[in-house]
Amino acid sequence: MKRFGEVTAVAHLDLEVQRGECFALLGPNGAGKTTTVEILEGLQRQDAGSAELLGHRWGEGHDLELRQRIGVQLQDTQLGERLTVFETVRLFRSFYARGREVNETIALVGLTEKRHARVGKLSGGQKQRLALACALVAQPEILFLDEPTTGLDPQARLQIWGLVERFRSEGGTVLLTTHYMEEAARLADRVAIMDHGRIIALDTPAHLVASLGAEQIVEFEAAGPLPLERLAALPGVRAATRRNGTSTLEVAAIGEALPALLAELQRFGVGIESLRTHQPTLEDVFIRLTGRALRDG
Amino acid sequence: MGEASPSHPLLELTRARVLEFVREREAVFWVFVFPVLLALALGVAFRVRPVEKLRVGVVGDEGGQVTAALRAAADLEVVLLPDGEAEQQRRAGKLDLTVLCQRGEGGEGGVRLRLDPTRPESRTARLAVREALGGSTPTLVPILAEERVTAPGSRYIDFLVPGLVGLNLMGSGMWGIGFSVVVARTRKLLKRLAATPMRRSHYLLSFALSRLAFLVLEVAAVVGFGWVVFGVGVEGPLAVLALVCLVGALCFAGLGLLVAARPRSIEAVSGWLNLVMLPMWLLSGTFFSYERFPAVTHGAIRALPLTALNDALRAVMNRGVGLTATLPQLAVLGLWGIASFVVAVRIFRWQ
Ligand SMILES: Nc1ncnc2c1ncn2[C@@H]1O[C@H](COP(=O)(O)OP(=O)(O)O)[C@@H](O)[C@H]1O
Ligand SMILES: [Mg+2]
Repeated sequence: MKRFGEVTAVAHLDLEVQRGECFALLGPNGAGKTTTVEILEGLQRQDAGSAELLGHRWGEGHDLELRQRIGVQLQDTQLGERLTVFETVRLFRSFYARGREVNETIALVGLTEKRHARVGKLSGGQKQRLALACALVAQPEILFLDEPTTGLDPQARLQIWGLVERFRSEGGTVLLTTHYMEEAARLADRVAIMDHGRIIALDTPAHLVASLGAEQIVEFEAAGPLPLERLAALPGVRAATRRNGTSTLEVAAIGEALPALLAELQRFGVGIESLRTHQPTLEDVFIRLTGRALRDG
Repeated sequence: MGEASPSHPLLELTRARVLEFVREREAVFWVFVFPVLLALALGVAFRVRPVEKLRVGVVGDEGGQVTAALRAAADLEVVLLPDGEAEQQRRAGKLDLTVLCQRGEGGEGGVRLRLDPTRPESRTARLAVREALGGSTPTLVPILAEERVTAPGSRYIDFLVPGLVGLNLMGSGMWGIGFSVVVARTRKLLKRLAATPMRRSHYLLSFALSRLAFLVLEVAAVVGFGWVVFGVGVEGPLAVLALVCLVGALCFAGLGLLVAARPRSIEAVSGWLNLVMLPMWLLSGTFFSYERFPAVTHGAIRALPLTALNDALRAVMNRGVGLTATLPQLAVLGLWGIASFVVAVRIFRWQ
């Protein structure tokens, strides 16, 4: 548990990350993801409860040893702008007794051509890969990534994902936070969905999605209101919700549900403005659990 | 700077610090160029007269023989003055040398020269006068004696240059360290470093070490400028000057770290830095002597680190004292430095 004055940032958290696993904390801004990882990284102290890492607790005489064994990328750290990529990675390398060779690490994150460029001149994606290099140069057993791709364009995001997958393939453990459900779905073996400082669901991405029991999600905007109970009672529909004028149906059998929906709209004389269907995702799980979208925060 | 295998973390941190500093052009200006410009401006403003002509006062030359001989020398300006007046002008730096004429017992006349050998103009004047009076044989006027009277810091620039060295050491140490630490804190770089096994004291020490890397250049810029342009010499041993600067720089590195230990924003740290430095700007005798303040305040003023540094620098540069005479000031600086470093390490905010 961790409090900041009146705000309880995280509470009743109970999770265990296995070695070799990629574990994601998925949740909107303010959910308590950063607080949770920083407690595990030994950068913040919890007010109650305990955290154990690699068999040790922080502040019990093993801190330096623990720091030798973990690699950390913090949410929005800005590395010194006037150093070059090479100088930055070499500086970080000097803190670790063991670790990866500097040039090799730079090559690993694909910054060899930018080796002698100033950090201030890098793009957002390059900066983030440099941050990753500073974590990977320790050759860590556990990699902590706090929103590693927030604000990056899709290509830069793919590059980061590739690096994380590569680290995993070499046996590394990853604890990742994100508010992108695609990221959690793609990278994580298990996902904990967080909201308001609590874990509200924890499972593999496939199980979480399957827990909806929906084959398809149907979203539509109609010209007039339709009672939600009627929508939920349609054949093949498991649940219906409405947010900001958009109705969402969790559909178990699309072949039955779609004709029934269209017939119902016709019966009430309500015109349809748009209609989309997609396979259910972690986003739909979050909406089901909280009634809000991840990006709503 | 290209080898890939990193050395000791303390050296790597120091190297990073130094690189970051030299790559920031503005900082380089304020540390190296600004003090030199200041010395130039003030030195010119307070210069009593152009240095090209050497001004020699003649006292009691009844026959006019001495005056005539001196007037024959091209680079001497000769004025006839009563004794008291001449002494006053010499002390104020308006005369470079005084020639005191004596009627000898048996008609054998001669002169005594009175000069401050620590002033380069006076030394030049001495050579010129000796040349004019005795260069040709047979000797026109015998020089009976030379009175060497050292009036330290007799010119304003002699007083000013050591003060500027001290002020610069304080400013670059405190601003340089205060800003870099707080910028690193606002950018969460400190927190990132705290997540590594880096020893936290290494980080703080690297600031002190990087200051040493610039110390030589910083002091050399101002002292060298004062020497070349205004002839402000270093009368004491250079090693003692170096030691005083070293201890001074470390002292202000400690104070800079202390001021930067907690603030979370640049505005906050600027305020604190100004608050800490303002009393020293006013009181520590950089631009004018603190002797002008009431005597009861002198003890407190001397306990300020910049006063200690300025006093020690003036003692070495103007009065040519050795190590022992600067020990009290070195002790003051050492105490401030160690105390602030220790407190800074304890209260330092990493995030
Ligand atoms: N240093 C702090 N001071 C006050 N409140 C904080 C601080 N850090 C986090 N919080 C609050 O704790 C909650 C969780 O924050 P955080 O762990 O950063 O969430 P996330 O990383 O999921 O966006 C938020 O309500 C946030 O405002
Ligand atoms: Mg966060």
